[in-house]
Amino acid sequence: MLRRYLRLLGVQLRASSLLAMQYRGDFVIEGIISLFWTATALAPLFVVYRERESIAGWSFGEALLVIGWFTLLQGILEGAINPSLTGVVEHIRKGTLDFVLLKPADAQFLVSTARFLPWRSINVLAGLGLFVYGFHLIGRAPSLVGVLASLVLLGTSVLLLYSLWILTVAAAFYVVKVDNLTYFFTSIFDAARWPASVFRGVLAFVFTFVIPLAVMTTFPAEAMLGRLPWTSLVWAVVGSLLFAFLSRRVWLHSIGHYTSASS
Amino acid sequence: MSARSTLRALPTLLRIGVSEAVAYRAEMFVWVLSTTMPLIMMALWTAVAREAPVGPYGSQDFVRYFLAAFVVRQLTGAWAAWMINYEVRQGTLAMRLLRPISPLWSYAAENIGAMPMRLFVVVPVAIFAVSTVGWKSVPETAWGWVFFLVSLFGAWLITFLVNVAIGTLSLYMESSTKLMDVWLALFFVCSGYLYPVDLFPPVWRTLIDWLPFRYQIGLPVELMTNAHGFGDALALLGRQWLWVGLLLVISLGLWNRGLKRFAAFGG
Repeated sequence: MLRRYLRLLGVQLRASSLLAMQYRGDFVIEGIISLFWTATALAPLFVVYRERESIAGWSFGEALLVIGWFTLLQGILEGAINPSLTGVVEHIRKGTLDFVLLKPADAQFLVSTARFLPWRSINVLAGLGLFVYGFHLIGRAPSLVGVLASLVLLGTSVLLLYSLWILTVAAAFYVVKVDNLTYFFTSIFDAARWPASVFRGVLAFVFTFVIPLAVMTTFPAEAMLGRLPWTSLVWAVVGSLLFAFLSRRVWLHSIGHYTSASS
Repeated sequence: MSARSTLRALPTLLRIGVSEAVAYRAEMFVWVLSTTMPLIMMALWTAVAREAPVGPYGSQDFVRYFLAAFVVRQLTGAWAAWMINYEVRQGTLAMRLLRPISPLWSYAAENIGAMPMRLFVVVPVAIFAVSTVGWKSVPETAWGWVFFLVSLFGAWLITFLVNVAIGTLSLYMESSTKLMDVWLALFFVCSGYLYPVDLFPPVWRTLIDWLPFRYQIGLPVELMTNAHGFGDALALLGRQWLWVGLLLVISLGLWNRGLKRFAAFGG
């Protein structure tokens, strides 16, 4: 069973990369644009830290780590999660989801692995570059335990992002016109650029429990710095598994509501 | 296509724009939610200003500034670049060209037609701003109101004309949405959407004053929050409308030349 799905994943990945190789020119253009976006994402940081040494307990170097995580996750989101799931919305609108459902494999798996954009990996590299620069400014290297913890958190963050996306897509089964949901999602995700302790009150609650942005970027950065409490790590893992479970239930429920569009 | 028939068609086009906005109100609501960036920046900057004011801005001023930025962004939205790209690719631009009125008018009417619906979001936000951070959140003088409205219209015109110019480039190349992304990135950095432009280092300030971006968000926001005296405001408005004029020439030039190359794909 597992081997079959792994093979299927391999096939889908190969199809996506072949498609990407077809438009090699795009690789360069997209790469430049994505570096450009990363650079502009740093601009507010420079403006803010021109005024202050540290904000809400985060120095410039430390805040760079958060942006690094943001950039890295953005690469994963836009390279591996967004493209496939935007396709689902299109499928639902046109009624072609039928063809996916007819295939003898799990529909959620099929739609989630339908399309990858390999050139988005440039974002991941940019994120790694920001880590190096951030630690250079802080003046020390991350501890091994810290790096391991942050790798675990990378897993939970990706899982959270993916689950949130599945929940968003599930909405498409009920309200068909959701072309702009992607846009909405990315703009909310933008808030994850900043260390979570900046936000107070209602926003802090929303960004921790409703849309767990804090968990996605601030936690891994804190883990790298070696100041994330173990309990938070455990909570992040448990919470993201719960989120994944919930999104799976919602997906199954909404797919039960799917009535083809064409006929 | 005479000026008179255009004028006659305009009310109808606007009415269509309004009904479209009403029909897709849920979609519009999602759009509004996705432009909540100023509110996030407000949280950030008030956190920065908690201990001591940043330049001339205290916590209250930041709240005022970013609520105004939210209002201005809502009322100056334009999306013609994506529309034009889509219609050129699908070939449906041909349908618009058959009408006895320039498609640019219908794009413009569609954007403006969405504004009344947006007022339902914007007015409560403005009232909230007045009730929490005082009357300085809206222009205090009569000329302030006039200048604010003029700058708002100018800001929308700049946004719309840039959209047309970049959208039209899709007639010359395959797709210009990438170019729009670059423009947007510059817009976010330079327009005063993420931070008041006064906070820029002085060297950059001069550059920013000459670029069109700050006249899209920054200027209307500053006029709404009474940041300038009469003379300064007039000078800035002058620069804004200089950009409006320049962009009008550029975008219409590109449009007229581009249309000659248009050969409806698909069909």
